[in-house]
Amino acid sequence: MTVAHVHPQQPAGVSTETYATVAVGRTASSGGNRRKRVRRNWSGWWFVGPFMLIFALVFLAPLVYAIYLSLFRETLIGGNSFVGLENYGMAMVDPKFWEAMLRVSIFLLVQVPIMLGLALFAALALDSARLRWVPFYRLSIFLPYAVPGVVAVMIWGYMYGSQFGLVADINRFFGADLPSPLAENFILLSIGNIVTWEFVGYNMLIFFSALKAVPQELYEAAEIDGAGTFRTIFSIKLPSIRGALIIATIFSVIGSFQLFNEPSILQTIAPNSITTYFTPNLYAFNLSFAGSQFNYAAAIAIVSGVITMVVAYLVQLGGEKKEAK
Amino acid sequence: MSAVDTGARSGRAPSRLASGKVARTESKRAKAATPRHKRASITLGILMTLMLLYCLVPLWWLVVNSTKTMDSLYNSFAFWFSGEFSLFQNIVDTFTYQDGIFLRWLGNTLVYVVIGAGGATLLATLAGYGLAKYNFPGRKWVFAIILGAMAIPASALAVPQFLLFSGLGLTNTPLSVIIPSMVSAFGLYLVWVYAVEAIPDELLEAARLDGAGEIRIFFVIALRQLAPALITVLMFTVVATWNNYFLPLIMLSDPQWYPLPVGLAQWSAQSSAIGGQAIPNLVITGSLLTVIPISAAFLYLQRYWQSGLTAGSVK
Repeated sequence: MTVAHVHPQQPAGVSTETYATVAVGRTASSGGNRRKRVRRNWSGWWFVGPFMLIFALVFLAPLVYAIYLSLFRETLIGGNSFVGLENYGMAMVDPKFWEAMLRVSIFLLVQVPIMLGLALFAALALDSARLRWVPFYRLSIFLPYAVPGVVAVMIWGYMYGSQFGLVADINRFFGADLPSPLAENFILLSIGNIVTWEFVGYNMLIFFSALKAVPQELYEAAEIDGAGTFRTIFSIKLPSIRGALIIATIFSVIGSFQLFNEPSILQTIAPNSITTYFTPNLYAFNLSFAGSQFNYAAAIAIVSGVITMVVAYLVQLGGEKKEAK
Repeated sequence: MSAVDTGARSGRAPSRLASGKVARTESKRAKAATPRHKRASITLGILMTLMLLYCLVPLWWLVVNSTKTMDSLYNSFAFWFSGEFSLFQNIVDTFTYQDGIFLRWLGNTLVYVVIGAGGATLLATLAGYGLAKYNFPGRKWVFAIILGAMAIPASALAVPQFLLFSGLGLTNTPLSVIIPSMVSAFGLYLVWVYAVEAIPDELLEAARLDGAGEIRIFFVIALRQLAPALITVLMFTVVATWNNYFLPLIMLSDPQWYPLPVGLAQWSAQSSAIGGQAIPNLVITGSLLTVIPISAAFLYLQRYWQSGLTAGSVK
């Protein structure tokens, strides 16, 4: 066995002799029992340490602090006092919080399947070998992902608007009287459209990359068996990219529960349609920065964080269960 | 190209690490070997064109309307040019409005992106490599903590983050935006998954036998192997930092420190507030000026992006 066969590349910075000795020796010895991978010492911390330091400051400390905050309450006379789980109790029966939760849940159940469905369709189309100019489609559909969320919301907000928008033009041109997408009844749909526009290409790319990794032999085998296009999709392609489907779903679930940017920016042009507690995140934000109720806001943030994690975990569990079947 | 080597080394089809070039040659090979390239479907073409239009029309709207004067903004068909071509006047106005604060926001954004995203990439690469290639005390804990953190919605921590930074006297300073931007748990995960396969342990041991120190090994040997993953993480963090809205909105109160998205949102809010000066033409042109650099960087580097996504998503 030659060294070149093991590692075709001559690594920079290592002398040929040393490299050859180690590589060949390793190959020879790895035939039997698994060797211990790396010796255990502290030098790994040189690399992980800096990350963990900042991570502790930005993630762990605020997490601990949030839990601490949520157990206290600031009162005008008594100052800061320990109230145990009272803030959580308050959140449990807070109709505003649950209305916000219900709203993002509806959003999740409607928007996520539509967006992922479109993304999957586009990825399958790109992968189908029956489409021309694949790179052009791929880039164009992916492009909105690079547009800042704020700008995306402003563009759509203007287009939704009655002054220089799409709806205004349609109404003027056809003499129609289409309802404003910014009206209370339609605002959630309008937000869903913006989020779909921003992320459909990103999800498409996750699916497309996964489809690219499906081994060619599977398709050849399917073809020999006489499987048609749809048969191939359902029996080979979809099962092969299950991992990507689960990951994209989890990201979308987390994104839905975290919904903030879109309603918060649209609020300025549609103040009557978007309440201060439109989503859990917006509610927590307004509680702390408009109402200075930091303790209660922390409890709200923690409860919605826990719900998010549970739902994300259930998605993963569901995905794995199907796999086992 | 190291992506190819990595694929071959781990015994997988190179297409798994579908960076642009690799994917292209691969599909050509596939075409030659099997009749996978079928006749183009017209239905599929139409449906995909509809989707393409959905994705591009808002951007078209942005381009068209940034060329209009305030007057034709209100009084013309929204999806076609109309009236005087005033793109350059709009750009001048955008940069000079409020003593040129737009330029200041652009500068802030660049600083946040260079230090924040650059720092995030460096830290994630170091840590991902450390986790993949070293066995150190506490390694399992680091794993558990980072995987746990990826599941926590970042916004749940925003308020306590603000209070903590406020306690440290860091709010309303650039550091309050830069420091949180420097952590990318997802970036770390990508590098780690990639490093496990891209850097053979033998290579590191050979270098050690040659007497190279651990830090030197990383910068001279490992970094080169990690380049595709590193660029992927860089693109992720650059886009995330450039587009960041929630964090700076919370942390900053002085417009002097705003990045572009927060500044634009403020202009937009001013436009729709009662009694505020309406400046939709500046909001629109400013948006266009915000979108162009990031789209250009993105389109240029997105081919590397895919390889990292693949490594992460298939696992």
